[in-house]
Amino acid sequence: MYQVGNLVKELSDKHGHARESLMPILQAIVQKHNYLTDEAMVEVARELDISAAEVYGTASFYTFLDTQVKGKYVIRVCKTITCSMKGKSDIIQSIEEMLNIKVGETTPDNQFSLIETNCIGWCHKAPAILINDLPFTELTPEKVTEIIKDYMQK
Amino acid sequence: MINLLINDQKVAVQNGTTVLAAARKLKINIPTLCNHDDLCVAGNCRVCIVEQKGAKTLIASCATPAAEGMEIHTNTLKVRNARKHIVELLLSEHRSDCTKCYKNQNCELQSLANDFAFGDHVFLDLVEDKKYSIDRSSASFIKDDSKCIRCQRCVRTCSELQSVAAITVANKGAHQKISSFHNRPMSQVVCTNCGQCVNRCPTGALVEKTAIDQVWDAIYDPDKHVVVQTAPAVRVALGEDLGYDPGERVTGKMVNALRQLGFNSVLDTDFSADLTIMEEGTELLVRLKKALVDGDKSISLPMFTSCSPGWIKFVEHKYPEFLPNMSTCKSPQQMFGALAKTFYAKKNNIDPSKIVSVSIMPCTAKKFEADRPEMRSSGFKDVDYVLTTRELAVMIKQAGIDFRNIEEANYDSVMGNSTGAGVIFGATGGVMEAALRTAYEIVTGREVPFGNLNITPVRGMDGVKEATIKIEGCVEAWKFLEGAELKVAIAHGLANANKIMKMVRDGKATYHFVEIMACPGGCIGGGGQPIPTNLKIRQKRMAAIYAEDEHKELRKSHLNPDVIAIYKEFLDQPNSHKSHELLHTHYVERDNY
Ligand code: SF4
Ligand code: SF4
Ligand code: SF4
Ligand code: FES
Repeated sequence: MYQVGNLVKELSDKHGHARESLMPILQAIVQKHNYLTDEAMVEVARELDISAAEVYGTASFYTFLDTQVKGKYVIRVCKTITCSMKGKSDIIQSIEEMLNIKVGETTPDNQFSLIETNCIGWCHKAPAILINDLPFTELTPEKVTEIIKDYMQK
Repeated sequence: MINLLINDQKVAVQNGTTVLAAARKLKINIPTLCNHDDLCVAGNCRVCIVEQKGAKTLIASCATPAAEGMEIHTNTLKVRNARKHIVELLLSEHRSDCTKCYKNQNCELQSLANDFAFGDHVFLDLVEDKKYSIDRSSASFIKDDSKCIRCQRCVRTCSELQSVAAITVANKGAHQKISSFHNRPMSQVVCTNCGQCVNRCPTGALVEKTAIDQVWDAIYDPDKHVVVQTAPAVRVALGEDLGYDPGERVTGKMVNALRQLGFNSVLDTDFSADLTIMEEGTELLVRLKKALVDGDKSISLPMFTSCSPGWIKFVEHKYPEFLPNMSTCKSPQQMFGALAKTFYAKKNNIDPSKIVSVSIMPCTAKKFEADRPEMRSSGFKDVDYVLTTRELAVMIKQAGIDFRNIEEANYDSVMGNSTGAGVIFGATGGVMEAALRTAYEIVTGREVPFGNLNITPVRGMDGVKEATIKIEGCVEAWKFLEGAELKVAIAHGLANANKIMKMVRDGKATYHFVEIMACPGGCIGGGGQPIPTNLKIRQKRMAAIYAEDEHKELRKSHLNPDVIAIYKEFLDQPNSHKSHELLHTHYVERDNY
């Protein structure tokens, strides 16, 4: 788990302390750390003078503003119908075997998290995954294995 | 004015009136769930839908302003079917065990279901798949998600009326739920236990944590001596749960009913309210003297009242830097509790370990307060069980007492006597008025300069009230206050309290004494009061409180004979060593989430 340090203060000075700044601040924290810690949410609440529950409510509405501990690389496998028909399950199985975790889990070294996501807009090149912000498409078990290998070496 | 037609009847309404309100004006009933008179429009439950001529879809009448020439139908086949399906869909996710539910017969969802008289279920029952949780961690209430229809009245209450926002809407779609910060137990978040959300929940999803069974057990334990105290605001509201209209004073009947329930001694929190005035008034005068005459910089002003445990917890969480400004006086409930197992026990020659002390309160936060570790000055738990007004009504029904037809009775003596000043504690501004009636007289030797002792500037439903009292003609001991202007303020509802706190914090207001009650209207609008509670009902209860005051023979706390006696026999004088031991307390800083 990361320490949020001065980040929230810097972000709220940059975006402003009004309630409208909530989303940009949360997005920027997630951009940097992949997920929101309780400490980060409490800090944001304090800077914007709103309640911590309201910050949590907003964050929990958006799948991409994660409030659970996530690894350095978050792998999101599209679970919607096109990717499902084009072999999403095999992709997941390959990743699960490689990383030795199940969907929803994070590796003990905190490098990878594996989750499913709703449509990411790559239906024409299904099956698709996201690793953090980067999409990888037209995957096969072999291709995804290579990709993960690359990330493991990073 | 705007003219429209509802069910072919003409109606004219002010600009900005909703279709729902316009229909009500015609006495046309449209069901609602998420709507509440105290709260902003949410428009999320959709049971209030009606058909508007020319509109493609049905419209939510609570969220649609009336417009010129509108033609509305509230009872077409389309409306009825849609409404029926909406309620059925809610029920498909709802654990409908009404006969075992605490809200049975007092539930808006149930009464809608009752109106529709559903036979068969057309939708799948999803309850078992839902993995609902029940949070019993709060000292004051139980939150049962399997009964929640996500109308968000609680969320709006907590943020709009209380500016606490301890609860929020988390997640979305099928996973949506009412949640605290990151799903923490309600006992571990910023919740003040005020129970305003409980009072506004239309279902059994939020209910008080009841102590009815424990109290019955104590009453039926021959080894125990069970004393009960009744808060001022209970007597002007209890009737509502027992067949009376709002605003009926049922003090005498309540006392008799309590006796019939089997309490050994029926006493009055109003007595300890009077005592609070003696202690808090003295504390204020001492603080003023130290600050104004001795120039003692360590004295914190303004001094805030401390009778409202929801308010105390609010400060502990959100403004801990102001804890030194809180009066150290315990609330009347807790003063009473500490004395019940000391003074009362001694006087009646009863072993304090055999005394069970019960209080009847308009408040759910009092349950939390009674459980605080600080509240054991007698060497025992000073107040064993707290029942809300609603719970007392349940006990009266359980016992089969014919409340409407029982005789009136008087409180028992020793800690049963009270003055009108103690009574008005139940309404916003009441503590201030009671304190001024006594403090002014101590300082000047004369009565407060208001007709018939009614200090009207501190009364009424304005969210924040301010007044300045000029002190003239002081007696010798208080000469240093000659010509001083005492600046006071009053707020009710924590959102208004928050306004005052911000002003004080930012140096925009310089008060000497501030009264704050956590609940809108003060205790008469407490979280433990009968449901529904809304502005109209609060006003009626308030009028009843002031009527009760006017009918009292004594109307100034320092004239209460039981108060005079207890200082003589037991406490010595206000703020004495013994008083500090039993009647004063301290506070703790808490996390702000
Ligand atoms: S909340 Fe209402 S509808 Fe639900 S079980 Fe309780 S009484 Fe019945
Ligand atoms: S807890 Fe009660 S008030 Fe809150 S959303 Fe659920 S049903 Fe509505
Ligand atoms: S009890 Fe009061 S503070 Fe707590 S959640 Fe309910 S409304 Fe908010
Ligand atoms: S009462 Fe109108 S939408 Fe709920």
